[in-house]
Amino acid sequence: MNRNRRRNFISRGWLLVMYALTVLALIPLGLVLWFTAARGLPPALNVDFFTNVARPVGVPGAGVEHAIVGTLMMVGIASLMAIPLGVLGGVYLAEYGIARWAGWVRLASDVLVGTPSIAIGLFVYAFAVAPLHHYSGFAGSIALAILMLPIVIRTTEGAVGLIPNGLRESGLALGLSRWRVSLQLVLPAAAPGVITGALLSVARASGETAPLLFTSLGNTFFSLDPTHPVQALPLTVYQYALTPYKSLQNQGWGAALVLVVIVLGINLISRWVLRRQIALAGQL
Amino acid sequence: MAVRVEARPSAAVAPRRPPDRFRTFTTVVGSAAPAILVLIVLILLQQAMPAIQQFGFGFLTSTTWNPVAQDFGAFPAIFGTVATSLLALAIALPVGVAVAVVLAEPGHRTIRGVIGIGIELLAAIPSVVYGIWALYVLAPWSYAHIEVPVSDRLPFVGWLSGPSVRSLFAASLILAVMILPTLSAISRDVIKAVPRGMKENAVALGATWWETTWRVILPSARAGIFGATILALGRALGETIAVTMVIGNSYAIPRSIFNPAYTLASVIANEFGEATDRLHAASLVELGLVLIVVTLVVNIVALLLVHSVSREARLVA
Repeated sequence: MNRNRRRNFISRGWLLVMYALTVLALIPLGLVLWFTAARGLPPALNVDFFTNVARPVGVPGAGVEHAIVGTLMMVGIASLMAIPLGVLGGVYLAEYGIARWAGWVRLASDVLVGTPSIAIGLFVYAFAVAPLHHYSGFAGSIALAILMLPIVIRTTEGAVGLIPNGLRESGLALGLSRWRVSLQLVLPAAAPGVITGALLSVARASGETAPLLFTSLGNTFFSLDPTHPVQALPLTVYQYALTPYKSLQNQGWGAALVLVVIVLGINLISRWVLRRQIALAGQL
Repeated sequence: MAVRVEARPSAAVAPRRPPDRFRTFTTVVGSAAPAILVLIVLILLQQAMPAIQQFGFGFLTSTTWNPVAQDFGAFPAIFGTVATSLLALAIALPVGVAVAVVLAEPGHRTIRGVIGIGIELLAAIPSVVYGIWALYVLAPWSYAHIEVPVSDRLPFVGWLSGPSVRSLFAASLILAVMILPTLSAISRDVIKAVPRGMKENAVALGATWWETTWRVILPSARAGIFGATILALGRALGETIAVTMVIGNSYAIPRSIFNPAYTLASVIANEFGEATDRLHAASLVELGLVLIVVTLVVNIVALLLVHSVSREARLVA
């Protein structure tokens, strides 16, 4: 009896240890969010921060408008490239996934997700920057699109794969062709899941710094021209954080706060969309 | 009863199935992923050629990095990359598995939901935000509260000497935070894939919760947790920005884990923009090539491990 009590005691002890380690894992999340808010709010609680561009150190009223605009522009162009291709690739994996080639596509997508983003930057530099002899927002968008593509492919595959075969069979029985069944019947049914994947890839691309270092480079003025260097929020955080000037460091924290709000906002929205997908798939 | 055997319809009579053009089209589009992967490796190989021809295999073992003398070697960066990643894994693995065990337990749905969202948000925070936090908060804290006390109390241990704010250890700490979500999310899936029957049998035999977890569930999920660990290792090897901000950027093999160091990705991030010289740029690309080949191998091994486990689990369950 005594021995059993000891075993139960040990079991309870380890359960406690596991929960303690879990809490320990969440502490950095709390601290990162807290410090970003505490140090980022003072500079960000100012209209100038969103409507002005960079100014020399010591000149008041500096802002990060150029970085916000640049991030929106580059991520937008990257989405136009990556999302249609990724969705079609995902449809291929879900609809023809048993083909041997599909296995390779799947493996390549998974590997591409884990490819160091700095290497993607070097790759894009080699064919989109070096031959043209200047950095550009387009090059940055291509790098971001390469990052987004595998995420869109795999999440689309997951969402389309959830749709029961009955829907495809009823479509085919009515005489619809394969592409109509896939794109006009199955894909709309899987739309919330596909949108979730697209949103997640947008969030990931918005936060990436490394692939932009040698592609979009960054600038200090307002620009809507993607054929020239373009600033992005993560680049601002990186560049300002490493300067010795307190005012720039503070702006770096402010930009980090804006970035966190955007990225976590997109994540929470995508989570909400995904819940609708699960409800929808249950109905089918 | 007689079975009527129908004659096989001749090709002329049977309706010819039209070629599935949609399949061809999506196959081509889907092939973008493998094509890009192959192109990345080939283009980096081509760009690194001058350095490969100049230094040969000696590039991997040489410890010099001197743009003025045109002499380049990768060993300190390779060492720093491997050391930070392994140290980060050592820190993150126990925590990650604990989180996975907690998340895979049935019951307490609200608490688990909150923990799950927290871990996913941890994965969503951009690397540069981890970087600025590590630079101004985590690294100074670990310097004052871990590095200095430890090296003061153990002055005779060489590899724990010479504390510095920006150090290999600080980089490993922030890497540990960043790979934790990968580790715990995949481990949770693997633990959940362990057939229920195994757990029920253990409980029926009178095993406590801990005995079931430690002697039954974790051993049968071992291969998958190993796969998750390798996958996290791949993420750690390639992480650039946060590491660059806190590792101290010293191109030498550090004598202590509290000294500044360098990683493959950090050298590229810091120097490639200013590498006007052809051999310097090619050497940096070769660092990138080394990095991408290593992460490719690591990722493929990890994916095969994780996939084999979950497929087996599906067959058993």
